[in-house]
Amino acid sequence: MTQPITASFKLDYGAFQLAVNLELPGTGVTVLFGHSGSGKTTLLRCIAGLQRAPQGFLEINGHVWQDSEHNIFLPTHKRPLGYVFQEANLFPHLTVSANLNFGLKRISQPPSPMEFHHIQELLGISHLLKRMPDSLSGGERQRVAIARSLALKPEILLMDEPLASLDIKRKQEILPYLDRLHQQTRIPIIYVTHSLQEVAQLADHLVVLENGHVLAAGALSDTLSCVDTPLAQDRDASTVWKATIIAHEADYHLTRVTFAGGILSLPVIDAEIGTPLRVQIYARDVSIVLEAPVFTSILNVLPATITGIVDDNRGRSIVRLLVGDQMLLAHITSKSAQLLNINLGMAVFVQIKGTSIIN
Amino acid sequence: MLTSADLDTLLLTFKVASIATALMLLLGTPLAWWLARTHSAWKGIINAVVAMPLVLPPTVLGFYLLVLMGPAGPVGQFTNWLGLGTLPFTFPGVVIASVLYSMPFVVQPLQAAFTTIGEQPLEAAATLRASPLDTFFSVVLPLAKPGFLTATILGFAHTVGEFGVVLMVGGNIPDKTRVVSVQIYNHVEAMEYGQAHWLAGCLLAFSFTVLLVLYTVLKTQPVTHQLK
Repeated sequence: MTQPITASFKLDYGAFQLAVNLELPGTGVTVLFGHSGSGKTTLLRCIAGLQRAPQGFLEINGHVWQDSEHNIFLPTHKRPLGYVFQEANLFPHLTVSANLNFGLKRISQPPSPMEFHHIQELLGISHLLKRMPDSLSGGERQRVAIARSLALKPEILLMDEPLASLDIKRKQEILPYLDRLHQQTRIPIIYVTHSLQEVAQLADHLVVLENGHVLAAGALSDTLSCVDTPLAQDRDASTVWKATIIAHEADYHLTRVTFAGGILSLPVIDAEIGTPLRVQIYARDVSIVLEAPVFTSILNVLPATITGIVDDNRGRSIVRLLVGDQMLLAHITSKSAQLLNINLGMAVFVQIKGTSIIN
Repeated sequence: MLTSADLDTLLLTFKVASIATALMLLLGTPLAWWLARTHSAWKGIINAVVAMPLVLPPTVLGFYLLVLMGPAGPVGQFTNWLGLGTLPFTFPGVVIASVLYSMPFVVQPLQAAFTTIGEQPLEAAATLRASPLDTFFSVVLPLAKPGFLTATILGFAHTVGEFGVVLMVGGNIPDKTRVVSVQIYNHVEAMEYGQAHWLAGCLLAFSFTVLLVLYTVLKTQPVTHQLK
């Protein structure tokens, strides 16, 4: 599916109002990010039809699922979707295998035995088939739930904070599976989370929600670097670059990667040349200099153009820069911003003190 | 020893209780489902009406049923119009009275079981292409099984033990409305204590066995599963 998704909903619960109007890409992972009460889960439930917004229009893969003006509302069980709940929500009276098969009896074109087997392998649950949900760990349950929804060959996969109820260890256990899912299936995924870490690791496209409204939406690095969102002002604000390994410098324990804005040197990565990866750069690790430094201990110095500045009135400036074709976010003190006299369009250099590699 | 008349009353009692229990499950299931899920203002009223036999003296319920189903009552006129005659002092009349009298013992355990299941499995089923009716049979019924067992046992046992309502609505007609509890009353009235002992002992043993099953066997299986 490559057709864009149109989703617009309006609902009013008195204390909470949702009003969104979104055009989302029909491929990759779209993350709905926001704090609790931002409306991200409500939005996902409206897309699934679990909640019915009085005013809404939803078109997925060329099919209208809701059009309140023409009184069209497809009930959830008629929507070709997959839904993963925060709690795995497995049927406690059925074995893992029966849980996986629950939906298959109810669709016209179930997956072939090979496809079905592949899904079980992808989520690493083949050895759990005869168990009851009670006897599984939280992480295993969630993997079964993901496989259960994938087995229906959905046109879209909706995931509501699938990792939120798990401890850090279990999260680490599931994230690699989600990565594989991301890389190996072509199903578009809408993923709800309040974790910046999950955003950095999974998102291709990002929607930031607050109080039921869309604050920012767009490609991951564009949205992460919108200077006026709480996301960019967060202490842990960061940008994520997609990069590829081009060389290893064994003597120095370094690995060189290329990205759309140039080349970076990173602490050695144990992977082959050509491996794609995501590099996360925290805004607090980026500093700005006016001229290319000659004597510096920092390896990663890149030319950049300033494209946005916002002062948070608490002594900190949030600066957005364009490095090659990539957006970068820097947190500097307001005093430095003044001393350097930086302004929009100015050509500067950024020094990147540290990076972290995700997957 | 039990006389053949006593055996007839035992048989009749179990016939009444079986038919009444089947009817209560049939009617009580949708009612309990509605009560467990509705936010309607009617919920409180219906709940109160269903629970009324728990606190009302059976004679009061029996009296009103007698009036309603009698030749001058609206129900009686309706059944007459249908050509069925009137219901008091007939076997169907006793069954109907039993259904109303024991209904809370069926509806309340079912309602509790449905409430405990909650919204989550229903939503999961919907996202797995199951229609609401499909979900009821494939998810709700199996999850509410302990609730159904409790409802069946309590409804049946409570019907077996009724006296006041049957006496008011059914009278004391052999093979038609004379159930065990009424027969015990007859024996005591006639000073036949030995006969009364036999029947009373039967009911005592029955009630104890039923409650024992309820509290020991079913206890090993929690009334409602926790969703994992």
